[in-house]
Amino acid sequence: MTKAEALSSERLIWMYAQMVRIREFEERVKRTFTEHPGVMRGHAHLGDGAEGAIVGALATRAEHDLVMPSYRCHGYPLVLGTPARNLMAEIYGRKDGVCGGFGGSMHLADPARHFPCTSGIIAQSIAHATGAGLTAQVKKTGQVVYCFFGDGATKQGGFYESLNLAAIWKLPVVYVLENNQYQAYTHVSLEDANEMAGDPLSQKAQAFSIPGETVDGTHVLEVFEAVGQAANRARDGKGPSLVEAKFYRLSAHGNAITVPPVPTQFPEHEAVEVYGNKAEYAEWKSKDPIVKFRARLVGNGTLTDAAAKQIEDRVATEMEEAVQFALASPLPAPEEAVKHVCA
Amino acid sequence: MAQTTLLEAIRQALFEEMERDPAVVCIGEDIGVYGGAFKVTAGLLERFGWERVIDTPISETAIIGAACGMSYLGLRPVCELQFVDFIACCFNQLTNFVAKSFYLWGAPVPMVVRAPSGGGVHGGPFHSQNPEMYFAHTPGLKVVYPSTPYDAKGLMKSAIRDNNPVLFFEHKALYRRIKDEIPESEYTVPLGKAAMRREGRDLTIATYAAMTHTSLEAAAELAKEGIEVEVLDLRTIQPLDTDAILDSVKKTNRLLIVHEDTRFGGVAGEIAAVVFENAFDDLDAPVRRVTSLDTPVPYSPPLEERFLPQVYDIVAAARELARY
Repeated sequence: MTKAEALSSERLIWMYAQMVRIREFEERVKRTFTEHPGVMRGHAHLGDGAEGAIVGALATRAEHDLVMPSYRCHGYPLVLGTPARNLMAEIYGRKDGVCGGFGGSMHLADPARHFPCTSGIIAQSIAHATGAGLTAQVKKTGQVVYCFFGDGATKQGGFYESLNLAAIWKLPVVYVLENNQYQAYTHVSLEDANEMAGDPLSQKAQAFSIPGETVDGTHVLEVFEAVGQAANRARDGKGPSLVEAKFYRLSAHGNAITVPPVPTQFPEHEAVEVYGNKAEYAEWKSKDPIVKFRARLVGNGTLTDAAAKQIEDRVATEMEEAVQFALASPLPAPEEAVKHVCA
Repeated sequence: MAQTTLLEAIRQALFEEMERDPAVVCIGEDIGVYGGAFKVTAGLLERFGWERVIDTPISETAIIGAACGMSYLGLRPVCELQFVDFIACCFNQLTNFVAKSFYLWGAPVPMVVRAPSGGGVHGGPFHSQNPEMYFAHTPGLKVVYPSTPYDAKGLMKSAIRDNNPVLFFEHKALYRRIKDEIPESEYTVPLGKAAMRREGRDLTIATYAAMTHTSLEAAAELAKEGIEVEVLDLRTIQPLDTDAILDSVKKTNRLLIVHEDTRFGGVAGEIAAVVFENAFDDLDAPVRRVTSLDTPVPYSPPLEERFLPQVYDIVAAARELARY
């Protein structure tokens, strides 16, 4: 099923709720910098603005399909069912985190929920996802691999090497290019050849002779249809596709790390802080994928305003509980540092 | 003379060398418009322009490979890796092409690779490492890891002027924490020369980078107990100042080696071997090591504290060695 109009009201409401959950989670991570100074250590990279791309893509997934994103990875496990509290605890470096405090924001994982790994180094996870696709093919598991990465990653050798492999072997991988328009601190117009020429980034698919499509990533149902089609193609043994979801990262790339006791802080978006371009930020903020989807659902009667509010309230409670749980979770014991180096 | 941070000292060296020699160019991710992830290159773009301060995509292999080609053609590129951990992405370029070009083809590769390194800032397993030994082990590469702003500036200038590829490790936790008085007049610090940071009669600590400061704190503690420690800051790992190490060992007869890199195959093992080979008869005790644990760098603060060498680890090891 790839047509958005075939989605049930129940499914549409589920999608809306997942988008709200991702946003609220990211907001609570960000608020931690000011509400609980010193709790946040390391780097935190937020996915607010990506909710349409994440949820639109994952809504096409079959239960056993694998999800393999990059380092900006908070949203995916939330949709897959990993409790928000254990994700928050990991980001706080606590014992009850999904990785026991060994990973942090960039290195979340939940293998039991088909979320095997993430990567703190740009584009390297594209190769891992490609290997997962090869495994699915060799073992005939019927799984499709959903590989997510940003616009910056498409300038890495790992991207080109991996897509070539996937193409020649017709691997069941959907490469979802989340074009959030900033490579860390540099705008895509300064670092991407296709963008500079006025072409979509999905044109890179032509280098591998695989389908490439660009969709409005602020429109969750557009992402749903394009990724659904690519997933069907992968499932039918026809090989990989590249889907570019173009949207806008609504928070800065991430926080800077500091030497304790100096607390970390979360800066303003690069458009404002680096480029002094408030208009650009405001324009994209007005295209917020959650606001758009809510208006659509309320407009066509799928949701009432009161029902939407109820979802939002429920999510706010869930994430408040996640924060409190993570704050109360103990830091790992120092002796843990030497454990599980070898299996 | 002004109080200058290590970060600012490196920036001064880049500015001055780019002023001095038009062949010097900087290349890396976010180094121009943004001024570098840690702001080391802030202001370079405005002063020297796009042609000499080159913002790149996130493509470490391409950055190092392109810089290698630029070196063949007479430029002296200074590359920035946003974090040294990403050096794994261009390991092939560095160890196979940059390191071996002169040996194989007689083509000098006068490039510098700058890399924010080290732990203590809770960067986790991919943003905290000290991978100097991979490269110190590779013939053809020089490896520098300064501990003070004075040295960072002087060593950077020497590195840029050197006709060999130099890996220049910059400890993130020292960037803004350590300040020095730096002369306004021109100076360089030679590669391959250690610096004596504290004199003592009872034992030698050979160390470098952030651990120089940790070792000096330990030495101050030990002095209260009457143990006088000599702290030797190596400054350059490759070439290694073996003369300075042996001279100090011949004076104190005891050696403790401290580094932030992990233990197995670290610089400490190499130094111990050099001392056993050249000064065995001068030793009154076995050579000891204090290093990070043989694990990836864990993220959470108590884990990372356990992982990194602490003052008390050095004090305990030195005490035992002094009593041996």
